[in-house]
Amino acid sequence: MRRALILLLRRLIGAVPVLLIVAVGAFLLLEAAPGDAVDAYLAATGGADSERVSELRAEWGLDRGPLQRFLAYAAALARGDLGWSTAFQRPVLDVISERLPSTLILMGLATALAFGVGSLLGIFAGARPGSLRDRALSLTSLAVYAMPGFWLGLVLIVIFAVDLRWLPIGGLETIASGKSGLDRFLDIGRHLLLPVASLGIVYLALYLRLMRDSMAEIWKEDFVRAARARGIPRRRLILRHVARNALLPVVTMLGLQFGSMLGGSIVVEGVFAIPGVGRLALEAVSQRDIPLLLGVMLISAVIVIAVNLLTDIAYAVLDPRVGSSGTAA
Amino acid sequence: MKILRAMILTGEGAAGLGVLTCLVLAALTAPLFFPGDPLAIVGPPLVSPFSDTAYPLGTDRLGRSVTVELIYGARTTLLVAITSAATALGIGALVGTLAGFFGGIVDEVLMRITEAFQTIPAFLLSLAFISVTGPAIPTIVLAIALGAWPQPARIARAEVLSLRERDFVAAARVVGMHPLEIAVREILLNALTPVVSLAAVIVAAAVLIEAALSFLGLGDPNRVTWGSMIAEGRTVLRGAPFLSIVPGLALVVTVLAVHLTGRGFVAAIGARRIEA
Repeated sequence: MRRALILLLRRLIGAVPVLLIVAVGAFLLLEAAPGDAVDAYLAATGGADSERVSELRAEWGLDRGPLQRFLAYAAALARGDLGWSTAFQRPVLDVISERLPSTLILMGLATALAFGVGSLLGIFAGARPGSLRDRALSLTSLAVYAMPGFWLGLVLIVIFAVDLRWLPIGGLETIASGKSGLDRFLDIGRHLLLPVASLGIVYLALYLRLMRDSMAEIWKEDFVRAARARGIPRRRLILRHVARNALLPVVTMLGLQFGSMLGGSIVVEGVFAIPGVGRLALEAVSQRDIPLLLGVMLISAVIVIAVNLLTDIAYAVLDPRVGSSGTAA
Repeated sequence: MKILRAMILTGEGAAGLGVLTCLVLAALTAPLFFPGDPLAIVGPPLVSPFSDTAYPLGTDRLGRSVTVELIYGARTTLLVAITSAATALGIGALVGTLAGFFGGIVDEVLMRITEAFQTIPAFLLSLAFISVTGPAIPTIVLAIALGAWPQPARIARAEVLSLRERDFVAAARVVGMHPLEIAVREILLNALTPVVSLAAVIVAAAVLIEAALSFLGLGDPNRVTWGSMIAEGRTVLRGAPFLSIVPGLALVVTVLAVHLTGRGFVAAIGARRIEA
C-alpha cells in the first residue's frame, strides 16, 4: 500500500512538467489562430470602440509580450479557467464538464467490451499458438483492426437501424419520451449499443492480438515448462500460469490506448449524434471556436494522465513481483 | 532484395505487397486511363454497382463515377499516408537519436516533450492543428505527423541507448570520430531497422486518420478522398448504402495490406537473423 502511495506521488510530480508543455502547445496554437479572447468577447457582446478594446486588452493582459501572455494563460489554467467559448458564450470548462459524462460512459463501456471480450478471445487463441483457431482469429482481428470506426458505425447503422429497424439511428436517448427510471435506463442502453460496438470492436481486435502475442511469448518461458513437467492440468496451466502472466502487458495497453480511443470517440460521437466531448470538439471545429477546442485538448490530456496513473497502480497490484516485496500480498 | 524475397516467402508479406503494388500502380496510372476531372459528372445519379459497364461501381448522388473517384482517392490516401509517416519517422528518429546520444538534460527535456505529445490524443491534435492552419495537403501531412512521431522517437532512443555502449561505437570514439559523426554514421543507421518495422503501423494509422479527417470535411476540398466519399454517401445512406460501404472497404483492404506487409517484413528480418 505504501509503495502504491509513493508511486502515485512520484507520478503526480512527474505529470507537472508534461502538463506545462501541453499548455505551451495549446498557447502556441491559440496564438496562431486569428483573433483573440477580446475579439471573441466583443463579437458576442456587440462590439466596442477602439478605446474600450485596448482597455479590455490591458485588463486581460493581452497587450503585453508573448511571455507575459503565456504566464497569464498558464495562471488562468491553473485556476481551472480554460477560457471563453465563442460558440456557446459560456466558460469553456462549464461546457466541457456538461458533456463529459456521456463520453466517459461511452468509452467506459467500449473499453469494457474491448478488454473483456478481446482478452477472452485472446486466451482462446493463445491457448494453442499456431493452431487453426489461432490463425483464424489472428487474421480476423487484423482485418477488424483495419476498419475505420466511423465507417463501422455507418455499416452497423445500415444493418441494425435501417434494414432491421432493431435499434435507433443516433442520439443518446429518445427525445421527449417522458421515460424515467428503468425505462429511461433501457432506452439509453438501446441508443448506446451501436456506438459502443463501433468504438469497442476495433479495440477488441487490438486486445485480442495483444493477449494472444503475450501468451505466445509466455509459453516459451522456463516456469511454464516446469509447471508442465509437474503435471499441472492443461486448463489450469493455461489460465493460472500463462494467461495470468500474459495479462500484465495487456493491462498497460489499457492506459496507453485510452488517449487513442478518446480520439476515436470524436468521430463515433459525430456519426451517432451523441452529445459528448467528442462531438463538442467537432462543433468547436465547425464554428471556429479555438478556445473550446483547445479546452477539450487540455482536458483530454489530464484524463489520459489520470488513466495512465490508475493503470500503473493496477499494474503494481496485479504484478506478483511487486507485491512480494511489500508486507501485504 | 534478399529481404524482399524473404518477405514474399512469408505469405503474409506476399499478400500485402501484392495489394499495395496494385494500389500504387492504380494511383500512378490513374490520369492515363481516366483523364480529366475525377469530380466531373459523367452520367445519371445513383446508378447501382455492376448494373452499367460504363460505371462498374455505379455513380454517386451527383452522377460521378464511383470507380474513377475510388482510384483518384487512392492517390490522395497514399500520398498523405506515406509522406506523413515519413515525416513522423524522420522527426522521431532525429529526436530519439539526439535524446539517447546526448543524455542528461537534453534527454530529459526531449523526453518530457515526447510524453506531452503522447498525452494528447493524436486525432484531437490533428483536428486542432488543421482548424488553426486550414485544410491543405501539407498541413494535413504535418497534422498527422505531429501525432505520430513520439512512438518512433521512443524506439529510436531505446535503440541508441543500447547501441551506445557497443564495441563498434567505442572503437569509433577511440579512433577520434566527432560525436555528431558517430551519431549519424554509426548509431542512426543501426537504429533504423526497428524504426522501419514500426513504419507499417504508422502508415496504417495515417491512412485511418486521413480518412477520418476528410470524413469530417477537413480534407483538401479539391481532392477526392475515400473519407470524403464515405461522408458524401452518408447523405443517401438509406437509399444507396454502397456509396459509403465501397470506399470503406477500400480503406480496410489498404490498411490490412499495410499491416500484412509490415508483418512480412518483421518475419523476413527474423528469418534472416536466424540464418546468419
